[in-house]
Amino acid sequence: MTAALINVPKKARNGDIIEIKTLTSHVMETGYRHTPRGEVIPRDIITSFTCRFEGDEIFHADFFPATAANPFLSFFTTATKSGKFDFEWIGDNGFSQTASASITVE
Amino acid sequence: MDPLRPKATRRHVVRGFAAAAASFVFPCPAFAQSAARVVVIGGGFGGASCARALRKIDPRLHVTLVEPNRIFTACPFSNEVIAGLRDIGAQQFTYDKIAAEGVTVIAQAATKVDPQARTVGLADGTSLRYDRLVLAPGIDMRFDALPGYDEAATEKMPHAWKAGSQTMLLRRQLEAMEDGGVVAIAVPATPYRCPPAPYERASLIAHYLKTKKPRSKVLILDAKDTIPQQLLFEHAWKVFYPSILERIPLSQGGRVVSVEPATNTLISEFGNYDVQVANVIPPQKAGNIAKLAGAADHTGWCSIDPMTFASTLVPNIHVIGDAVIGGSVPKSASAAHAEGNACATVVASLIAGRVPEGPTLEGICYNTVAPGYAFFMAASYHARDDLFAEIVGSGFTSPINGDGSDEVRKREADQAQTWFKTITGETFG
Ligand SMILES: Cc1cc2nc3c(=O)[nH]c(=O)nc-3n(C[C@H](O)[C@H](O)[C@H](O)COP(=O)(O)OP(=O)(O)OC[C@H]3O[C@@H](n4cnc5c(N)ncnc54)[C@H](O)[C@@H]3O)c2cc1C
Repeated sequence: MTAALINVPKKARNGDIIEIKTLTSHVMETGYRHTPRGEVIPRDIITSFTCRFEGDEIFHADFFPATAANPFLSFFTTATKSGKFDFEWIGDNGFSQTASASITVE
Repeated sequence: MDPLRPKATRRHVVRGFAAAAASFVFPCPAFAQSAARVVVIGGGFGGASCARALRKIDPRLHVTLVEPNRIFTACPFSNEVIAGLRDIGAQQFTYDKIAAEGVTVIAQAATKVDPQARTVGLADGTSLRYDRLVLAPGIDMRFDALPGYDEAATEKMPHAWKAGSQTMLLRRQLEAMEDGGVVAIAVPATPYRCPPAPYERASLIAHYLKTKKPRSKVLILDAKDTIPQQLLFEHAWKVFYPSILERIPLSQGGRVVSVEPATNTLISEFGNYDVQVANVIPPQKAGNIAKLAGAADHTGWCSIDPMTFASTLVPNIHVIGDAVIGGSVPKSASAAHAEGNACATVVASLIAGRVPEGPTLEGICYNTVAPGYAFFMAASYHARDDLFAEIVGSGFTSPINGDGSDEVRKREADQAQTWFKTITGETFG
C-alpha cells in the first residue's frame, strides 16, 4: 500500500487562501457487514486526521463507519509564513500514518 | 403505476376499432394496426437492429430510420484501428440492405421531438409523424463535466469514444509520436459507454508501442478503483507489457479533474501529467436528442420500464442502447442489439394490441489485449422491479489463468472476430 498522497501548493503569497488535499489508501471496513457465512467483518477504519502547521493544529477531522474507502479530504487555510505542514492519520488496529509538506510564503 | 403498459395498449385497440368503423373499405382492424408508423432515431447497434426487426416481425409497419450518417462506423474493434492492426474500412457499414428490406432510411439528424403532436423534426426542417418513437441515439460527450475539455479540445486531445475521425486522429497522433513519449488515457467514473474498452485500448496501444516505439509508455489515469475483468487484464499486462503500461487508480490519485489542451496536460488532484498523446474519455450522457425529447432525466440518461423499454418520462417513446440507464446491463453493442430486437417485439405487440412479454437480454463482451489473445464475459438480464437485473447464475467470465490458457486466449480472440462479423451482419445486413 502506498503512503498517503498530499497536495500543498509549493508557493503562495502572504494572505492567500490555499487549498490542501489529501488521500489515504484505507479499506474503511464499517463493522456492519457480514461474510456469506454470517460472521461479522470487524470494523477497521481511520478514526481521526490532524493537520498541523509548524506544530499548531489547523485542521482536524473524526471519521466514522459511513466514510467510503480511501478517504479524500480537501480543506482551506490562509498562508501567513513559510513552514511545514504535518499530517497524521490514526485508526483501528493501530493504524497510523504521517506525511509532511513545506510551503514558501513570499 | 406504469402509465404506459395497460393504458396505451387499450388506446391502440380502441383506435383500431375506430378506424375500422369509420371506413367501409377497410373493415379489418388489422389494417389500421398495420398502418402504424414507427420512427427510429439513430442507426447504430440499437436503432438499426430495431428498425430491421420491426419490418421482419410485421412487414406492414411503416418503419422510418433517421440517421444523419450514410456510413456507420462501429466502435467495437476500433481500438485495433487505433493500434494500427486494422483498417477503418473494416468498421464501416451502409444502410443499403436495411433500406432494401423496406425501412425508409432518412439521412438527416433529428433536431426535435414533440411528444404531444407525436412528430419528429429533422435538420432540413421537415417533420415525421409517429405512433411510436424509438430513441437509440447512443451517447454524447458532456462538455460541461471536465474543466478544459470542450468540443474544440477534442481536436487536440481526442476521445475516440465515437468511432470515425476521432479514431483516426488518435491513430495519427500515436504514429507521429517520437519514441520515448507518454500516451495517457483518462478514464471517467461509471456510467460510460463500454466499461472495459479503455483497458482494451490501453493494452493495444501498449502493443503498438512495444513493437514500434519500445521506449514509450502508456499511462491510465483512472477515476475508478476496480475495473471489469480486473484479474484477467492485470495478469495479461504483467505478461505482455510489464514496463510499458501503468495504471493509476482513483485511490492513488488517478482521477483527472481538469485538462489543458494547449500544453497537453492532464491534471489530477495530486499532480500534473504533461504527455505527448492525451486520449481523454470524458463523462458522457444520452445522445442530445433524448434530452430534447424530454426522455433524459437529471443524470443525463434515460430511465425506462424494463418490460417495454418505454420512457418513464414521455409517453409513446421507447429508449434502447447506450442512452438507457437503470440496471446492470453494460453499455455495449451486444446489449444495444439485443435491446433493439426485444424492443421491436414489444412495439409490434403494443401496436397489435397485445400485452408484450418481458424481454430477456443477452450480452457478451470480448477484450483483446494483444493479437491472438482475448478474453470475454457474458450474462443474461431480465426485468426485475424497475430495472434490468442480471439473471442469477447466467454470468460467465473467461477462466483466469491456468494450463493451456494461451490456447484458450487464442480461441477467444478468434471468437471475438466471429462475434463482430455476426453482430454487424445481423444489424446492418
Ligand atoms: C472503443 C470502444 C470499443 C467498444 N468495444 C465494444 C465491444 O467489443 N463489444 C461491445 O459489445 N460493445 C463495444 N463498444 C460499445 C458499443 O460501441 C456501444 O455500446 C454501441 O455502439 C451502443 O449502441 P447504440 O445504438 O446505443 O449507439 P450507437 O451505436 O452509437 O448508435 C447511435 C446512432 O445514433 C445516431 N444519432 C445520434 N443522435 C442522432 C439524432 N439526433 N438524429 C439521428 N441520429 C442520431 C448516431 O449518428 C449513431 O449512428 C465499444 C465502444 C467503444 C467506444
